[in-house]
Amino acid sequence: MRPTLPRLVNILVPVKRSIDYAVKIRVASDGKGVDTNVKHSMNPFDEIAVEEAIRLREKKTTKVDNITAISIGPAKAVDTIRTALAMGADSGIHITTPENAVVEPIAVANALKKIIDDKKFDLVIMGKQAIDDDSGSTGGMLAGLLGWSQGSFASKLEVEDGGKVNVTREIDGGLEKIEAKLPMIVTTDLRLNEPRYASLPNIMKAKKKKIETFKPEDLGLDLTPRFETISVSEPPKRQGGGKVESVDELVSKMKEAGVI
Amino acid sequence: MSAPRQISRLLSRRSLISSSRRSTPTPIFKSPNLSVRHGSHLPPRSNQFTQPTKEHLDALKAISSSTLSTLDGSATEEELRSFNDDWMNKYHGKGSIVVKPKTTEEVSEVMKYCYEKGIAVVPQGGNTGLVGGSNPVHDEIILNLSNLNQIRSFDEVSGVLVADGGVILETADHFLAEKGFIFPLDLGAKGSCHIGGNVSTNAGGLRLLRYGSLHGSVLGLEVVLPDGRIWNGLSKLRKDNTGFDLKQLYIGSEGTIGIITAISILCPRRPSAMNVAVFSLESYEAVQKVFAEAKGHLGEILSAFEFFDKQSYALVKKHQEENGGERKVFETEGDFYCLIETGGSNAEHDEAKLTGLLEHLMENEMVLDGVLAQDSTQFQSLWSLRELVPESAGKAGSVYKYDVSVPVGKMYGLVEKMRAKLREGGVLEGDGKSEGPIRAVAGYGHMGDGNLHINIVANKYTDEIEKIIEPYIYEIVAENEGSISAEHGLGVMKAPYIGYSKNETSMELMKQIKQLFDPKGLLNPYKYIV
Repeated sequence: MRPTLPRLVNILVPVKRSIDYAVKIRVASDGKGVDTNVKHSMNPFDEIAVEEAIRLREKKTTKVDNITAISIGPAKAVDTIRTALAMGADSGIHITTPENAVVEPIAVANALKKIIDDKKFDLVIMGKQAIDDDSGSTGGMLAGLLGWSQGSFASKLEVEDGGKVNVTREIDGGLEKIEAKLPMIVTTDLRLNEPRYASLPNIMKAKKKKIETFKPEDLGLDLTPRFETISVSEPPKRQGGGKVESVDELVSKMKEAGVI
Repeated sequence: MSAPRQISRLLSRRSLISSSRRSTPTPIFKSPNLSVRHGSHLPPRSNQFTQPTKEHLDALKAISSSTLSTLDGSATEEELRSFNDDWMNKYHGKGSIVVKPKTTEEVSEVMKYCYEKGIAVVPQGGNTGLVGGSNPVHDEIILNLSNLNQIRSFDEVSGVLVADGGVILETADHFLAEKGFIFPLDLGAKGSCHIGGNVSTNAGGLRLLRYGSLHGSVLGLEVVLPDGRIWNGLSKLRKDNTGFDLKQLYIGSEGTIGIITAISILCPRRPSAMNVAVFSLESYEAVQKVFAEAKGHLGEILSAFEFFDKQSYALVKKHQEENGGERKVFETEGDFYCLIETGGSNAEHDEAKLTGLLEHLMENEMVLDGVLAQDSTQFQSLWSLRELVPESAGKAGSVYKYDVSVPVGKMYGLVEKMRAKLREGGVLEGDGKSEGPIRAVAGYGHMGDGNLHINIVANKYTDEIEKIIEPYIYEIVAENEGSISAEHGLGVMKAPYIGYSKNETSMELMKQIKQLFDPKGLLNPYKYIV
């Protein structure tokens, strides 16, 4: 019996430039969004996705041919793609949008589908959600549009040589293991891995890696939002606590507040 | 409450006297009569001080209601332990009264009373010192300033902050961060230490390279004098050439000539763009070269340059492993590591400069490997590699901590000499000759300030080990024209050794100053200048 030819897997990793996890979010003066003139970084779940793609290659149980990082966003989204390249992705795709343009999950899913139709990918690893809009729907929409299997909220991922994929998912009250075949979409949960640091030699190498740039119209895409944001507001401010001198005072205050 | 107060994160630097900036290059004077005393052998109690009694306690309670004491059973010995012991658990005072005044006036009344009665007093801030300066040696009353914790005013145009001495450093910095400013001092103990204590010990810390010493940024002070008088020197002026600059005497005086109850300090704008990179290097020479290159390429945005050796890194890795937070950082590890932080107001500008430096270092093979933080989470975790060194050493055993200033080129030679000395003494673990009690000798510090920390990790504190280390370590510092205390101060630990760094005239003048301010010698006795 002839051995089956090793399958070469091409991985696409969508990465989003979002407001840095540690930044304190402030509502913008027009009340329709947040102040975006702050530090941005790669969405942490996407960072986990990039790391997982690189680990799949390093494990060598699967032959990974190419890892492509893709971002849809303004000019500075290139920095996010560069970070993915510095971590170990091979090439990048940038679909440019105007500064501060809102791109809804369905538009992102359509754009990704277009890229996947044009170029051959077998596996998409992406964050389960972006920490800015918390939609958490792009992965599912993309699977639906492509008609591919999906393993969402992955906390463990194994890809076997024949294209069989085992995904352990974090669900309410425990773990669920599913089995599927490539091609498929995997969305990452927090415990999947801890992303590596970008090393200097890799940062330097990343500068020479290729990033293809497209305008949405080049790809025949319409990214116009379908929703209108009416208003964005801050959660109510926490009331400061007060000090009481005695137990009696505490009890009377609690009665006053109607909690006892 | 036996556990030392939470030392928010990682302890690293605190306090004291900055003798590294001596203006005259006087030869180092070694007193032939230097009375050498080891840490565990403290000076006897002086009879000139009145022993605190129940009667004194009642009077103090009338002045300040938050007074705790074992004399009337309002506190147990156990409860006073966190005031009597230092956080390293190396120094153990026997104070029976802790006063925690809520206002400057209360501090003043307490001092007036103690001065009249001849009772010795030790002022205490966050009690995060490393030289036993903030704990009683015998039965001194502990005057703890933690209730004096209000921010008084902030001017958003000039950046001048006026705040009580008992405000916690991190609290002050968070307050300033909201307004887009930064406290010009940062150190590992920031979650516990007080700004009044920082000033009275002239704390140096991680950002001295960028913002300079407190001698420059402190504009004014409010001080309660040993006799209880209040000196209001809370100036907000940057320029004031009218007479002696008295506040300078208090910066680094370690509570020996007055109690700082409020400070006025100039705070710079908080940098909006910050980056951090950590490198592994093969030698100390390489660290020095990278330092020179960093200054050249980065200019004004360089905000910290720290180094640590592989022994320090090993301690941190072990500590992180035990706590489940280990993470591979370098492909190629080295004998040395350095951390560079930049802070500026324009992210693109900073990044262009930093990238230029990184390319230069890589192309010329000046570093073995390195990583650059890609987001704020990585920024924190890379900083923790350096900031966790003291805490990791503390977890590994009993630590002899030394903090010295020497010319940058000679800095690491001291660590090597210390290792050789300990090996010679047969106390270094795994040197073949003996299963010694010393587990590690780690060197790290603030390269930018010529400030080296040597941490000697032992199974426990013993006289035998201490006698091998001291005064040898001070001798080698003096040989290199260094200071035996760069930023930790003298306290009780280094008081006997000041002669290695200061000549007789300096010491004589210091004694005269002490006599002038505190003729009864009641404030923080047995320490500093003895």
